Amino acid sequence: MSPAVFQLASISAKFNYWIYIILMMIGLFAMIAKNNLIKKLIGMTIFQTAIILFYVSIGVKEGATIPIIEYETLKEYNSQKTGYGAKPDIEPQDYDNPLPHVLMLTAIVVGVSTLGLALAIAQRVFDQFGSLEEDEILEELTHPKPAKEPANG
Amino acid sequence: MQSMKIIGGLAVIVTGALLLRASHDFPDWGDPLSPANDSQTSNYFLENAYVDAKTPNVVTVVLGDYRAFDTMFETVVILTAGLAIFAVLGWTQREDIKDAAVLKAVEENPIIGVTCRLLVPVIQVFALYVLAHGHYSPGGGFQGGVMFGASFIILALGTGLGSALKRFRDTRALVVGAIGVLVYAGIGFLPMFLGDDPGRNFLDYGALKEILPVEKESMARSHAILGIETGVFITVSAVMFAVYFLLASHGRTKDSL
Amino acid sequence: MILEFDLILLVFLVLTAIIALQVKDLLAASMILGVYSLLICLLWAEMGAVDVAFTEAAVGAGVSTVVMIATVFQTRRRSKD
Repeated sequence: MSPAVFQLASISAKFNYWIYIILMMIGLFAMIAKNNLIKKLIGMTIFQTAIILFYVSIGVKEGATIPIIEYETLKEYNSQKTGYGAKPDIEPQDYDNPLPHVLMLTAIVVGVSTLGLALAIAQRVFDQFGSLEEDEILEELTHPKPAKEPANG
Repeated sequence: MQSMKIIGGLAVIVTGALLLRASHDFPDWGDPLSPANDSQTSNYFLENAYVDAKTPNVVTVVLGDYRAFDTMFETVVILTAGLAIFAVLGWTQREDIKDAAVLKAVEENPIIGVTCRLLVPVIQVFALYVLAHGHYSPGGGFQGGVMFGASFIILALGTGLGSALKRFRDTRALVVGAIGVLVYAGIGFLPMFLGDDPGRNFLDYGALKEILPVEKESMARSHAILGIETGVFITVSAVMFAVYFLLASHGRTKDSL
Repeated sequence: MILEFDLILLVFLVLTAIIALQVKDLLAASMILGVYSLLICLLWAEMGAVDVAFTEAAVGAGVSTVVMIATVFQTRRRSKD
């Protein structure tokens, strides 16, 4: 690793990415090591948001504004009598990159739907095993209590 | 479980170290000339969005026009997730709704119920505004749909699940969600049967100028984006409420929360 | 990008993520996850992704917290770790 990593300019340009990686690792560790299923889902949410943060952050441009074209530019474009192929006077460096925003916008809504599905499955697991703790579920699977009916609904 | 923690810790440390090393090669934060920012597609979207669809919000144009096929199947994913939750939870024995506990609480403590009932129409009107104004400001079908679904959730929280269900049943909610996808796909199919040009594609809204009172194709695209956003709105709002209802009632029409 | 604002938000983000995973009460964990979503929404608004921030404010801080609390009420509130 070159010493340039530890220079100040390099740090201020990269520390956002480091925080995203830390968040992602927190989520990954929770998904592997936590015992409770709901805690695992919270870890999954954190992992997911870290990835979405990374995607949105690569669309940021220094000194740019939000990707909604300014009114003045459009007024000028609409007032002039132009033929086919004329374009409004837009400099792409003035606006943030819209593509990551679109991809992540749908990902968030799909994410909450899949979180709902995971929670529904967690409720069924609770029905069957009476617990959301991983070790208790494993115990129940290997040595089922004789009093309890083998649940099938 | 201790072994799991050690394995997890090792995996996290190795992956994290690799990613931290890789971050050295990432483009700098906010670099306008990074490969992602200076790509041809992004610049095309920014320069041509208004020319193509007469909509200042570039995100809405990319969502509803350039990448409309992608958005359609995202909507289908949301509907499928709702149906899957219904399949996982919804088949248990159904019972009548017993709102007694909530109704008693509402009677003793009327502030919450009254406030929720007052809030609901305001939230719904704002959700419709967000949907309709998505061309000019942040907003659109996804955001408005979630807010519209949340208004029903507030009704269920404040006045009991039963009284919310009298207005919107879960099975009906899923049918309404399917109707939203049909609205989207129907608007997508229309251009294939319209216009003298036989080569029109699925979701190529320019052909809709034949049936819409507009002169230019770009204006027809603007109206069609509103149409498909309405489809997304219907699906998302219905599925959001169905998800809440099924999870809160554990699949039974039993009082909860 | 405003560096100070960014730093404060990111530090709080990591803090809320760790606390949400360490609390033994699952209801509290869901609420702290809502706070986490709100901080992320602020971060996105600061990055210029207004549409994404709006969606996160409605979905992450609103619906997903409510849905998670509904599940916690249907199952058990205490967690072992």
